[in-house]
Amino acid sequence: MSGFTLPSISLLSQSILSGVFVGALYGLMGLGLSLSWGLLKLINLAHFAFAFLAAYVCYQMASKGVDPLLALGVIVPAFFAVGAGLHWVMARFKVSPFNSLLLTFGLTGIVEAIIQTIWTADFRKLESSYGEHKFKVAGLYMPVPELITLVLAVAISLAVWAVLRYTDLGRAMRAAAEDAPIASAFGVNQKRNALLLAGTCSALASIAGVCLALSFTLAPSQMYAWIGVVFAAVMLGGLGRALGPLIAGTVIGVSEAITMAVTAPSWAPIVSFTLLIFILVLRPGKAS
Amino acid sequence: MKRTPLIIVAAAVALAFVPQLGLPAFYDSLLYLMLHWIVLATSWNILSGYTGYFSFGHGAFFGAGLYTTSTLLARYEWPFLWTLPVAALVAAALGVALGAVVFRVKGVRGELFALLTLAITFVIGTIVVNTPIDGGNGVPLSGVPVPKIGPTQSSTFYLLALAAATLTMLTAWAIFVSKFGAGLFAIHDDEDAAEVMGVPTYRYKLMALAISCALAGVAGGIHALFLSYVTAGDVFTITVPLTVVLMSVLGGTRHWAGPAVGAVAITALLYTFTAADHAIAGKAMIGVVLIAAILFMPDGILLRLQRVFKRAPAVAAPGAAHPPSTLTAQAELAAPSAGHGEVLLRVRGLQKSFRGVRALAGVDVDVRRGEILGLLGPNGSGKSTFINVVSGHYLPTAGEIVFEGRNLSGLPAHRIAAAGIARTYQIPRPFPHMSVLDNVALATMFGGTVPDPAAARQQAMTWLEFTGLAEKAQAHPDDLNLHQRKFLELARALASRPRLVLLDEVLCGLTPSEIDDAVALIRRIRDQGSTIVFVEHVMRAVMALTDRIVVFNHGELLAEGSATDVMQRPEVMTAYLGRPHLEPAHA
Repeated sequence: MSGFTLPSISLLSQSILSGVFVGALYGLMGLGLSLSWGLLKLINLAHFAFAFLAAYVCYQMASKGVDPLLALGVIVPAFFAVGAGLHWVMARFKVSPFNSLLLTFGLTGIVEAIIQTIWTADFRKLESSYGEHKFKVAGLYMPVPELITLVLAVAISLAVWAVLRYTDLGRAMRAAAEDAPIASAFGVNQKRNALLLAGTCSALASIAGVCLALSFTLAPSQMYAWIGVVFAAVMLGGLGRALGPLIAGTVIGVSEAITMAVTAPSWAPIVSFTLLIFILVLRPGKAS
Repeated sequence: MKRTPLIIVAAAVALAFVPQLGLPAFYDSLLYLMLHWIVLATSWNILSGYTGYFSFGHGAFFGAGLYTTSTLLARYEWPFLWTLPVAALVAAALGVALGAVVFRVKGVRGELFALLTLAITFVIGTIVVNTPIDGGNGVPLSGVPVPKIGPTQSSTFYLLALAAATLTMLTAWAIFVSKFGAGLFAIHDDEDAAEVMGVPTYRYKLMALAISCALAGVAGGIHALFLSYVTAGDVFTITVPLTVVLMSVLGGTRHWAGPAVGAVAITALLYTFTAADHAIAGKAMIGVVLIAAILFMPDGILLRLQRVFKRAPAVAAPGAAHPPSTLTAQAELAAPSAGHGEVLLRVRGLQKSFRGVRALAGVDVDVRRGEILGLLGPNGSGKSTFINVVSGHYLPTAGEIVFEGRNLSGLPAHRIAAAGIARTYQIPRPFPHMSVLDNVALATMFGGTVPDPAAARQQAMTWLEFTGLAEKAQAHPDDLNLHQRKFLELARALASRPRLVLLDEVLCGLTPSEIDDAVALIRRIRDQGSTIVFVEHVMRAVMALTDRIVVFNHGELLAEGSATDVMQRPEVMTAYLGRPHLEPAHA
């Protein structure tokens, strides 16, 4: 134990800011997971593998001179197709929620092996023009890649929230999540919607992956490091809720950052999980 | 059935001679790992496979054992073998502490439990790394002497793991065939219904968790010395729980031997690829196997094989077992009609509110021994709530429930079932993975007084005959039609030999001729000695069956008396049909 050290105000606010940035990425990662779990009843562990695969594809394209944000134009539709295809298989075999967890864990292993074969297990860092820019607002450093992540996370979460809440498609999806047979009886094309939703979830994973590539070094084994904390964000935020993961992710990110600043970085994991345990035990109804 | 433990022990004894073959040490280690994973996967399955509460915290319990042993060895220089019971105890204590909190929360089921246990793993891992238990650098155990059990050091580990695996398999089997196991499988299928049948669900889950953790702790203790250098990074991760889940699901979680089959298969597969220096291909291969297994064998290898070699079910032929109960029932027959007047169940001022909505606003009801009391009222008048509160499914907000002189209010449902009250559900809730016979046998074991599963099945058969379901004994509830499912509900309620049966709309959804059958059956239920509270909308049956009725409206007692008399009272007609138009509605 390194004991408590009280950091200065500017250091503390800088670390809170970095907590917000990393929290936005937690939220972006968690969004697709939460939608898939809450609305499709499928727990997609491969979400993380897809994010990393997208990150590596983005890294590869960037090394050929393609702007990472332009790369999204190729990556997003490709991963939409992958997600929809995966869902087609799961629906075809009527995979139960727990078996979906295991199946996608198997898929994660396969994707990890693919990544390792192509890009090796070494650390890779995407070099882009964004990484060089950094500006200072009110004495705080704002790195551009993290800022892009934050803007994307907020914009996408709001967009998904609006679609779920205000469009017929969103209402149909929420209805199908409550009771699929009844929703079908009312004319909801549940199969098509589920494919659409599953594709969207994977597309969201790929966007999170591109953001990941912008600000983090990549290694195939790293994908497992994200599972625990992103699941915590998803559970805290409430399954199937569009804004939940972002809000919960930010709360976790900030509390982790404060913990790291006040104690030692190795204590950081305890925050998110203690938070998760308390919420689950005290308010179990909310998460389910 | 009794052959199985002998086979396990015989196999263990045979395997104990493997080190004498003088194989290279390498094989000892491979076999050690197989047995190690058998212990972990099988112990996981005792809680998670049997009850359906998937734990992702097996890494934490395994880790608790691992660090207990390594701390005792490195810091206090205990002899190794003495550390193992302590490792088991520490792991079990951790599990019980967790379970005591988590299982108390009603909303924590399945997926939430999985995440909670996963979270606990990281919390404990973080604590271990940041405190002197690990100190961030791990605990070296290279100086600790390995006890001389086998001819070589590696064979010692093999023998230790063999002993642990034998113990684990025997435990898993013994639970599987016991009353305890039947209760765990009932929790898996429908926890609320299990509790109402008399299964002490909270205690059972806690016991299963403790056993599961203790065995994982032993595996951890042995593994600490095997590794000889313990680091937290490899232990408190998601890899250990995912591997055991993978093994168990592959082998089959609904069978005691399933996880062992999966453990052997996966360990062998992993070894083949790592040994051939294709670690990456191995990782992908495991993924492929897992996906194929989930898609094509969702119930696991073992159940799949069982289905291929379908064995004829060994059950007493229907009709052969003549009910001893019918005889006793005949003996009791005289009592009920004579005992009219004595109050069996006395309910006073019973209230139940759901967040401000008052479903029961303080009702007084007496149920007399031997009668059929009709409980009537419009929809939403509190009839079902009454049954749910009396059977213990809901806690009453206020009021008293006295049954045979004992105050039952506030007791958990399984205690109320044991006191002699059974209920049926309006929409039948059979345990879907159990046969019709086992569904009834469960009630015999937990509500009744027959702890032995085989004897319970025999007695259950008499109840199936009583309700006319004997031919369906081996069928699964899914294969029954609504009428048969309703009768299965009745058979289950009767199997616990209750003095009071609460019937919640048993006739709802039945055809007129099926209703006639059911009415005749309900008469026979009363005749064999049970008192009945009968919630019903079918007036024909109410008129035919009931001795007395009470009418609820808006959670209050509106009327009480004989059916013909009560139904003609103006306030009852108003409650059912509304006010006549003549009166202008003032307020």
